[in-house]
Amino acid sequence: MADYDLESAEGRVEALRRMVLIRAFDEEAGDRFADGEIPGFVHLYIGEEAVGVGTCGALEPDDYIASTHRGHGHCIAKGLDPKYMMAELYGKSEGYCNGKGGSMHIADVDAGMLGANGIVGAGPPLATGAALSIDYQDRDQVAVGFLGDGAVAQGQVHEAINLASTWDLPAVFVVENNQYGEGTPVEKQHNVDNLSDTAGAYDIPGLTVDGMDVTAVAEAVSEARSRARAGEGPTLVEAETYRYRGHYEGDEEPYRDEEEIERWKDRDPIESFKDRLIDRGELTESEFEEMQAEAEAEIDAAIEYAQDADLPEPREAYDDMFAEMPPEIERFAGAARTDGGRPGGDRP
Amino acid sequence: MTAQVERELETETEELTVREAIRQALREELDRDEDVFLIGEDIGKFGGVLEVTGDLYEEFGEERVRDTPISEAGFTGAATGAAATGTRPVVELMFSDFSGVAMEQIMNQMAKMRYMFGGKAEMPLTVRTTEGGGMGAASQHSGTVHSWIAHFPGLKAVAPGTAAAAKGLTKAAIRSNDPVFVFENKMIYEQTGQVPTDEDFTVPIGEAAVEREGEDVTVVATQRLVGESLETAESIADDVDVEVIDTRSLYPLDTETIVESVRKTGRLIVADESPLSYGTHAEIVARVQEEAFFSLDAPIQRVGTPDTHMPFSPPLENEVLPDGDDVRAAIERIS
Repeated sequence: MADYDLESAEGRVEALRRMVLIRAFDEEAGDRFADGEIPGFVHLYIGEEAVGVGTCGALEPDDYIASTHRGHGHCIAKGLDPKYMMAELYGKSEGYCNGKGGSMHIADVDAGMLGANGIVGAGPPLATGAALSIDYQDRDQVAVGFLGDGAVAQGQVHEAINLASTWDLPAVFVVENNQYGEGTPVEKQHNVDNLSDTAGAYDIPGLTVDGMDVTAVAEAVSEARSRARAGEGPTLVEAETYRYRGHYEGDEEPYRDEEEIERWKDRDPIESFKDRLIDRGELTESEFEEMQAEAEAEIDAAIEYAQDADLPEPREAYDDMFAEMPPEIERFAGAARTDGGRPGGDRP
Repeated sequence: MTAQVERELETETEELTVREAIRQALREELDRDEDVFLIGEDIGKFGGVLEVTGDLYEEFGEERVRDTPISEAGFTGAATGAAATGTRPVVELMFSDFSGVAMEQIMNQMAKMRYMFGGKAEMPLTVRTTEGGGMGAASQHSGTVHSWIAHFPGLKAVAPGTAAAAKGLTKAAIRSNDPVFVFENKMIYEQTGQVPTDEDFTVPIGEAAVEREGEDVTVVATQRLVGESLETAESIADDVDVEVIDTRSLYPLDTETIVESVRKTGRLIVADESPLSYGTHAEIVARVQEEAFFSLDAPIQRVGTPDTHMPFSPPLENEVLPDGDDVRAAIERIS
């Protein structure tokens, strides 16, 4: 069974909790980036929580996901620990990637998370590959490739879906259509009305669902998972959603106006799902407030953990290039710059 | 003498072409490990466009010798994802020129995943591909691109010059837990040599082989130019005693064996079919001057393709394609 099954009341509450946790994580990450505590780039998932949580709620714990540059939400939905995620954002050695990946490359392959990805459209081929391993070894799993609307224009996405559909691999492709590929609106990047229309090119089902509704996403992915497990090949699910923040933190967003953002916020995936659960008697307002307080406390603890964690030793820069380290790297590893050394050469 | 070389000498051998040696390596590894499968264009029933996979499809079936769509980025990426999730794919990129089509997955995924993830991704992946001019295949099917791959951190690259090295390196690549490119020069597929029959024979990645011992000048060669350099060495043996080294691996590179030879001979020719600028030759030269500068008695000479693409028409192709005569001329310049 999945960690949380949206067909049960308990699972729905858990799904809401994860969405709340994702938002708390990303709001805090945005603040800490603005403060200069977090280096590099961050791409926040705020507004899109229903897609990641709906998708992962329809999966089994050992299913795979291949994520995107906007991957924090996928990680939390998949069950990764915010503490080690935050440590990674801080570049600490306790982070998921020992500080080598950062926000754009968080991964936990053992947990089925094949990595956030800094290259738009690079995740689907990896998901097809995971599905190939599953199929080849006859394992009871599926692989989900997340991609944004912008990635639908990438050639390697086409190749990945074509391969998965031609071989009936147990894959699901989830397009998070957040309306903008970086700063360019979706209608200026594609000629189809719905991005799911592209499924016709592969003779696989393609459907567009409300990506602000976690149950709609879960339902679509659940059906796609069943098809995949039945040997019927991949499904393309387009989830229409919206990112409240810029493409990256610091994006001045000249391409859209406040009114548009407010219109989408009226359909906020957390607010609307919470209201539904309260209407159905599955949650009370005070329980929700408690859930929010707990999420904030968990993220505060994650920040504290990340702040206190150790920075990597400079010589760790030489680790993990290969399973078997070549002498070319070993000579530097043995004489790290911070140890005052650099390899020399021939002497007269 | 290293233990490996001793073992190579002691073991039973058979005469095989380079093509047969690679096929035998693939066959043995498919037999040995169920997680190994081959993936590429027309490698199945067709037997491979240069007939390397041959009858492996009949022997192992379509799941393990897997034909793909003409989709280099897609299947190279899928092999990368598969390698990270428990299988051991062996990709065939029909011509190395096509690696450009797949380069995103090669350079940003395959090469970087283990490192970016702090060592928490496995990448037991082999990519076999063909290189080289000489058959009138023109610019898009004759390239020698191994310098790109050897240059790129996170990838290993081997480029055998003999049938034994072809078998041993292919097997070592498949058994390696790192992504390894095997660059097969298409003009030596018919070249024969003695190849160990031992199913556990491998050539360690990163070990060069001294193919001919000599005292006067060292020729470090790769692929087709190994055989041509050996012929050249024999033809001038009365005048110059040439040592010929097959690098076998490009990355990692066996600097030690090369440097040891240069310390003895004081003279070096680097012969590799890749374009001369910014590449394999320069790397070998740089390492030798770092480690054996004061042993050099003459300027190091480079033999390679003079920065042109491979032209189609035979006289043009002959003009730019480096060969044994170029090696001889280089030796004469510094002897």
